Amino acid sequence: MKIHNYLTITIGAALMLVSCGQQNQSSNGALSSSAAEKVYVAPGEQDEFYAFLSGGYSGNLTVYGLPSGRMFKEIPVFSQFPTSGYGYSEETKPMLTTSHGFVPWDDAHHPDISQTNGELDGRWIFINGNNTPRIARISLSTFETEEIIEVPNSAGNHSSSFITENTEYVVAGTRFSVPIPQRDMPINEYKSNFKGSLSFISVDPENGHMDLKFQLLMPGFNYDLSHPGRGKSHGWFFFTTYNTEEAHTLQEVNSSQNDKDFIAAVNWKKIEEYVNNGGGTKMPANYAHNVYDESTHMATTTMKKEVLTVDPLKVPGAVFFLPTPKSPHGCDVDPTGQYIIGNGKLSADLTIHSFDKMIAAIEGEKFDGEAYGIPILKFEDILAGQVKSGGLGPLHTEFDGKGNAYTTFFISSEVVKWKLGTWEVIDRKPTYYSVGHLMIPGGNSRKPFGKYVVAMNKITKDRYLPTGPEMEHSAQIYDISGEKMELIYDFPTHGEPHYAAGCPAELLAPKSKKIYRLDENKHPYAVTSPTGSKVVREGNEVHIYMSTIRSHFTPDNIEGVKVGDKVYFHITNHEQDFDVPHGFAILGQNTSELLIMPGQTKTSVWEPKQVGVWPFYCTDFCSALHQEMQGYVRVSPANSNIELKWSLGE
Amino acid sequence: MKKASILMILGPLFLLGLYIFPLWSIMLGAPQYPDPLGLNIHISGLRGVNEFDIQNIDGLNHYIGMQTLPKPEDMWEFGTFPMIIGIMVALGVLIGILGYLNKVSYKWFFGWFILMSILGILGMYDFNEWMIDYGTNLDPNAIMKLTNPDGTPMTYKPPLLGHVKMLNFDVTSMPSTGAWLMFLGMMLTLAAGYFGWKKTKNQ
Repeated sequence: MKIHNYLTITIGAALMLVSCGQQNQSSNGALSSSAAEKVYVAPGEQDEFYAFLSGGYSGNLTVYGLPSGRMFKEIPVFSQFPTSGYGYSEETKPMLTTSHGFVPWDDAHHPDISQTNGELDGRWIFINGNNTPRIARISLSTFETEEIIEVPNSAGNHSSSFITENTEYVVAGTRFSVPIPQRDMPINEYKSNFKGSLSFISVDPENGHMDLKFQLLMPGFNYDLSHPGRGKSHGWFFFTTYNTEEAHTLQEVNSSQNDKDFIAAVNWKKIEEYVNNGGGTKMPANYAHNVYDESTHMATTTMKKEVLTVDPLKVPGAVFFLPTPKSPHGCDVDPTGQYIIGNGKLSADLTIHSFDKMIAAIEGEKFDGEAYGIPILKFEDILAGQVKSGGLGPLHTEFDGKGNAYTTFFISSEVVKWKLGTWEVIDRKPTYYSVGHLMIPGGNSRKPFGKYVVAMNKITKDRYLPTGPEMEHSAQIYDISGEKMELIYDFPTHGEPHYAAGCPAELLAPKSKKIYRLDENKHPYAVTSPTGSKVVREGNEVHIYMSTIRSHFTPDNIEGVKVGDKVYFHITNHEQDFDVPHGFAILGQNTSELLIMPGQTKTSVWEPKQVGVWPFYCTDFCSALHQEMQGYVRVSPANSNIELKWSLGE
Repeated sequence: MKKASILMILGPLFLLGLYIFPLWSIMLGAPQYPDPLGLNIHISGLRGVNEFDIQNIDGLNHYIGMQTLPKPEDMWEFGTFPMIIGIMVALGVLIGILGYLNKVSYKWFFGWFILMSILGILGMYDFNEWMIDYGTNLDPNAIMKLTNPDGTPMTYKPPLLGHVKMLNFDVTSMPSTGAWLMFLGMMLTLAAGYFGWKKTKNQ
């Protein structure tokens, strides 16, 4: 009987707890739905937003849908990609050319979508390669990399690739300061000898082509992150710095000694004017500019030999330092352009500078000394406020367009929502675990779409089924439509996403290309009519002009190839239907397969080393007769006299 | 008779829409074609609803041994139909003008309508004959030779009107804008005949 009573009481207590829980939930609104409903995109339905997550050490960019977290595509950018043949095909190898030769990998960090009047326009997305400094431009109609420009005099291209309000420039800053120009010198003479370059790469509004317009040669600090001014602060660019100590060894200690580092405020409009009037110094350089042409389906490399450098001291009033505590990492500007946020990664607080106060201080010439001739403004004069967050290790901030900001805290593993202007903390939610960047679609533009925030975490641990010591990173989606944030989904990502960019689906989906037009194919080795196939020998080079359509190669029998030949398969896909690629692979190929989109031409080189009859086949399951889509190349000894011939259906 | 004659002049002009809009359309939808493939039948030839639909329909149909869709020069109809329509429009307008000038009676209005209806039925018959040939005259070396449950070879004639499930495709055949304009124009000439008859009877 006593046991029975005890059970009743326990059950009663449990029920109370449950009902309390329900009350708490209903305080989010009577209609609040479950997290599952919020992220569920039913079969056949489509997501509300695109999200482009950088791949970090994968070197690529991945495309996801929000709120479902479904991955749609991996866009190869800085890394060879055997899936499509990017970086392996003859047409795309030049994309990865640098002044250091062929560099088939990079560390891709900060994607940014092109803007017009400070709003996302969905023409292109840019992303930086960190290791061998490069900036890439990706078309948002083909979702393919169209251009990569190497950045000379840079090292650790980290405060990149952020664009100005009308995509006038994509900006690339150096994380490591280095000797400029590079030369043989003792490392311990770093201080006052090394320099940090901030590169302003102009973007042609017609075709997006990039050109390194000028490079600002700054003191030898580490330029960590940056963002453009917008609205009233359009024309300025802001860069966080660390290692203003100019240490060259054991930086984790030696670069963390100063209580304050700087945010460098750069009036690029002023420098642009200076440069347009003939200012600046031309310096010899050597850097690659790789452009992919959609009509020839081919990339070409041009080596550029000169760069225009600007000494900031030669342009008075163009560069100022804003003292910012504790090795600030993220440098974010709110949608109005009024607040510049320094995320002091070794502290608990955020420092917010006021653009208006900054301008007033500059006009009043109220300086607190200078560094290498660059005026330092007084911290108190420009401070708008500080967010006393209670968190540890703030890294990055995004905005919802409703007057709120969201900051990630790496050390305390959380996202903190706070109010611009009052600096009060509204909400905080844990992340799992150790969050780096976060992203609200349009969250770093004049017009954010503040419905979801995606947190990109550095540690995954127990979130998914274990897969051994190595695992993918984890991202998390929070619903931010209410006063309080709500964690609604976890999903694994590819590589290590650093930053991401997102936009409404309707900005891109209607203009996403379905096919390449065969009648616009200008590839020099294209076969544009079914009868155009041929095989041509030029010395020991054999060029096979081949076409594909469901479900055969033309030609599919080739004889007269010899050991020691260099055989080029130039394959044109004659399909003009959405999502009917054909693949190509041949036994013993020393590169990857090719995946050829409808109307496209790609080339693979094969150097047969053994006599025999070697098969090739379509690697993409193209039709009910995909398995039959195959052919043979006869390879004869080097000294044989077998005549070159080719056929289909004979 | 004047009102009736004006209708008689206007009615045939609606047939001019056939030079711009398709007469008939056949849509092929399947789960893997969320945007269906479509064939627009114009009096002067076949066109895809989307640019590459004809090529893609031919690409699919070659598996089951169907012929490729005819080009305008492959069928005499695509040369003749535009001429017949032109003649009928001219004739109809002429009858209307003569009616307006009281040179001909309302019976000519009915006469034009009946002639147009006969030509229309002949046209549909001819179109159906082509579809029978297109759907049944299959390549003996077809990649896929399918049979009905009773063992007879499967054929693929699209419906003249309405919907049929054909293998994995839903095939829907419907009159299109050109046909509806023609129908409207013919109804106007029928009305012209009726008003002409009523006027004559009342006099």
